[in-house]
Amino acid sequence: MEDEKKIAAFEAKIAAGNKIEPKDWMPEAYRKQLIRMMSQHAHSEIVGMLPEGNWITRAPNLRRKAILLAKVQDEAGHGLYLYSATETLGIDRTELLEQLHTGKAKYSSIFNYPTLTWADIGAIGWLVDGAAIMNQTALARGSYGPYSRAMVRICKEESFHNRQGYEIMMHLAQGTPEQKAMAQDALNRWWWPSIMMLGPSDDQSPNSEQLMRWKVKMESNDAIRQRFIDRTVPQADFIGLSIPDKDLKFNEATGHYEHGPINWEEFFEVIKGNGPCNAKRLKARTDADKKGRWVRDAAVAYAEKKKLKAA
Amino acid sequence: MTDTQWPVWEVFVQANPGIPHKHVGNVHAADAEMAIQNARDVYTRRSEGISIWVVPANAISASSPEDQGSFFEPSNDKPYRHPTFYKIPEGVKYL
Repeated sequence: MEDEKKIAAFEAKIAAGNKIEPKDWMPEAYRKQLIRMMSQHAHSEIVGMLPEGNWITRAPNLRRKAILLAKVQDEAGHGLYLYSATETLGIDRTELLEQLHTGKAKYSSIFNYPTLTWADIGAIGWLVDGAAIMNQTALARGSYGPYSRAMVRICKEESFHNRQGYEIMMHLAQGTPEQKAMAQDALNRWWWPSIMMLGPSDDQSPNSEQLMRWKVKMESNDAIRQRFIDRTVPQADFIGLSIPDKDLKFNEATGHYEHGPINWEEFFEVIKGNGPCNAKRLKARTDADKKGRWVRDAAVAYAEKKKLKAA
Repeated sequence: MTDTQWPVWEVFVQANPGIPHKHVGNVHAADAEMAIQNARDVYTRRSEGISIWVVPANAISASSPEDQGSFFEPSNDKPYRHPTFYKIPEGVKYL
């Protein structure tokens, strides 16, 4: 009975538009779902540094290189905000990282695709960050205070990511025929994974009703996907690139684009670990963790020594 | 030695001179000096601050949300602490 009262008070608070803070009472299911979502989000930021980091040394000029470095540094920052926010739910970062390294926790499917050409860096900023912004602006209105505040901050920073990506694509599209073809090829390869990364369609995504009521999820995957497509298609038209979907058409009556069938089989394969780069990404992460261990240990030993000297 | 990922430090940033430091989040760091450097890299990449404080997270004590009602009650029944409690006749100035 006590719990029912607590749940009612908790739900009333959310319905009134108030945020839930770390020390407030919350249902176990709420805490668990948030840990799952937020850590998955944090892991995505960190793993997301890998495909882009791949091009830092090969950026075409100093301006692009400085921008890409700043962007990848931002992703590290986003990972850290999100791990921090997740830790407020009573789990520590060591455990979260272990879940990533053992494959118990997931990260976004999109980062399991390779970055084959420079245009892929443009496509990632434009499409992947664009899709992420759609999702994150919705999540910024969520009920958990620390997550919502992290989202506000992240969205502000992501809009630079989005624009720099579009700018790369625009320059390539206006360049030589080879450069334009490179941009089109990147769009061809990243379009479908980008619209898939917003998650399974609503009929395949169970138990969303409670999560919506608790404002853990703010909008359905399909609604967010639709908004992303509606906004992105005209951007592609503007720079003369074509969306690789022969069924794509604008519906005058609804004011929305209708898209062709999504290959969900591919999506679920990538989620299961069978994407083109899953093994490589995870190895890069676990190697970094192992190789960084002595640095963490040394820093602790040094801090201890300083404390002893001061005493 | 267990891999601790270092202790947590809460971070407070002052955005401009003359205003209070505001809590922005936390960082992991082995000591205070590293906490300040990490806080700079994580929370002030776009000129968000001119000063940073870091405090070991376990050194912070907080009031409890369950006691919010009774804890802050003493101030709720003292409306006479607010200037709007007093009716001043129209025409009286500078009060």
